[in-house]
Amino acid sequence: MIYFDNVSKIYDDDSVGLHGVTLKIEPKEFVSIVGHSGAGKTTLLKMILAEEKPTEGKVFFESTNIHDIRKKHMPDYRRHIGVIFQDFRLLPHKTAYENIAFAMEVAGRDEEEIQADVTHVLDLVGLSRKMWSFPHQLSGGEKQRVAIARAIVNQPDLIIADEPTGNLDPENTFEVIQLFKKINDLGTTVVLTTHNKGVIDSLNRRVITMEAGKVVRDEVKGGYVL
Amino acid sequence: MWVNTKRIFKAGFIAFCRNAFVSLSAVLIMVVTLFFIGCIIFSSALLKSSLQTIRDKVDINVYFVTNSQESDILLLKKTLEKMPEVSKVEYISQDQALDNFRKRHENDQITLQALDELGDNPLGAVLNVKAKETSQYESIANFLNQQNLAQGDSSIIDKINYYQNKDAIDRLTKLIDSGQKIGVVLAIIFALISILITFNTIRLAIFTAKDEISVMQLVGANHIYIRGPFMVGGILYGLTAGIITLILFYPFTYWLNTYTETFFAGDGIFTYYIHNFGQLFLIIIGSGIAIGAVSSFLAVRRHLN
Repeated sequence: MIYFDNVSKIYDDDSVGLHGVTLKIEPKEFVSIVGHSGAGKTTLLKMILAEEKPTEGKVFFESTNIHDIRKKHMPDYRRHIGVIFQDFRLLPHKTAYENIAFAMEVAGRDEEEIQADVTHVLDLVGLSRKMWSFPHQLSGGEKQRVAIARAIVNQPDLIIADEPTGNLDPENTFEVIQLFKKINDLGTTVVLTTHNKGVIDSLNRRVITMEAGKVVRDEVKGGYVL
Repeated sequence: MWVNTKRIFKAGFIAFCRNAFVSLSAVLIMVVTLFFIGCIIFSSALLKSSLQTIRDKVDINVYFVTNSQESDILLLKKTLEKMPEVSKVEYISQDQALDNFRKRHENDQITLQALDELGDNPLGAVLNVKAKETSQYESIANFLNQQNLAQGDSSIIDKINYYQNKDAIDRLTKLIDSGQKIGVVLAIIFALISILITFNTIRLAIFTAKDEISVMQLVGANHIYIRGPFMVGGILYGLTAGIITLILFYPFTYWLNTYTETFFAGDGIFTYYIHNFGQLFLIIIGSGIAIGAVSSFLAVRRHLN
């Protein structure tokens, strides 16, 4: 599904984001990426989202070179991916419902479909009662669940989660990870970066360890080892 | 397409209402800008009206000898009217000139008595000639002068007052020209400054939403869908500010009315505002909407990649 072909990223200040990364992510996989801060985890995710361009090498989504996608087709590409961030990045002036509906509106879905799917997905993440709350009225865990709901509502092929539990307490962390497991079980590929040893160890899935922009370990059923 | 347009307008309207504080600041700054643009329009109308009043007061008076024939004077009047520079020629007969003189001096019994003692009408007929532009008076005066010289002793023209007033007319012509040029330049400069201030306010308002814009891009929103609500917001800032400005102009012009009556030949600025409300409505609301929409368009463009 995703293929990194000898990808390097050198920033303008000569710092190395990625160095000769080659890896493959298969459909329906649950992949965790671990590493110290600055190891290149976020750069790797940004490459998939086409937010960063590689200095060398190519990144493929299916058979498409991501960085050859023309600007006007970029929104279509991004609708195949659901993104979740550590800082939630919800639209502050939209309610939980509207935040999720927005992702469907931009995909051109009709009102009835939006109403049915948003209600369903809010139910799935356990936030039906907070449907009309604004982000500032929600707790960290609730915000992250709204973000997850927004990411999955269009039934994307891939979910990218950049340290999604970084701002959550253990209880919410556990709930969020259970949600990711459920999403993956339903057939969506999940790529997750985290610093949380407990999360990685409990998942018992594929773990890619990065260091100084390189992949130093790639285990099918790995644990948190730095 | 229709669904998307409806969603964009709805999102823009909701954002305008929910970001009340940001909207309020943007609207207030825009009210200042539009008020300024309105003041420029009023000043320009004031300047134009005063210049027109002054212009109307400038003319060439051709005085005829007392024994000149009315038919000769009317012939010259016709010739003058055919000249492209001439806008209007007014004929004042000898009798009318006498009447006017009496009216002007109705409280001056000595002058009137002296006039009665003369017996005959000592005043000649007069042609008041108005040119289309003040700069054209010289050529009209030259034409009349040539006529006068060509006829020699049989000339019916007694006096052309242009040459006595030439300096004043020249100075006035220059003043009117400079007044108009300076007015236009100042209006453009001030309008640009106030538009820039508004643009920066809207840019700042949108800068606070740059994270939102990046999230919108990541969830797959295309540029129209991201830019649209912000532009609708900008249009709403302009529309609201325009309406507030037009409301503010009502008491403002009413208050200034008595002070400006002399400029508008007795009518005043309030009357000008009421009579030209349709045009002012379109300019103020149109400017507000255009400034809001263009500023938002440009401000969002910076954050789109």
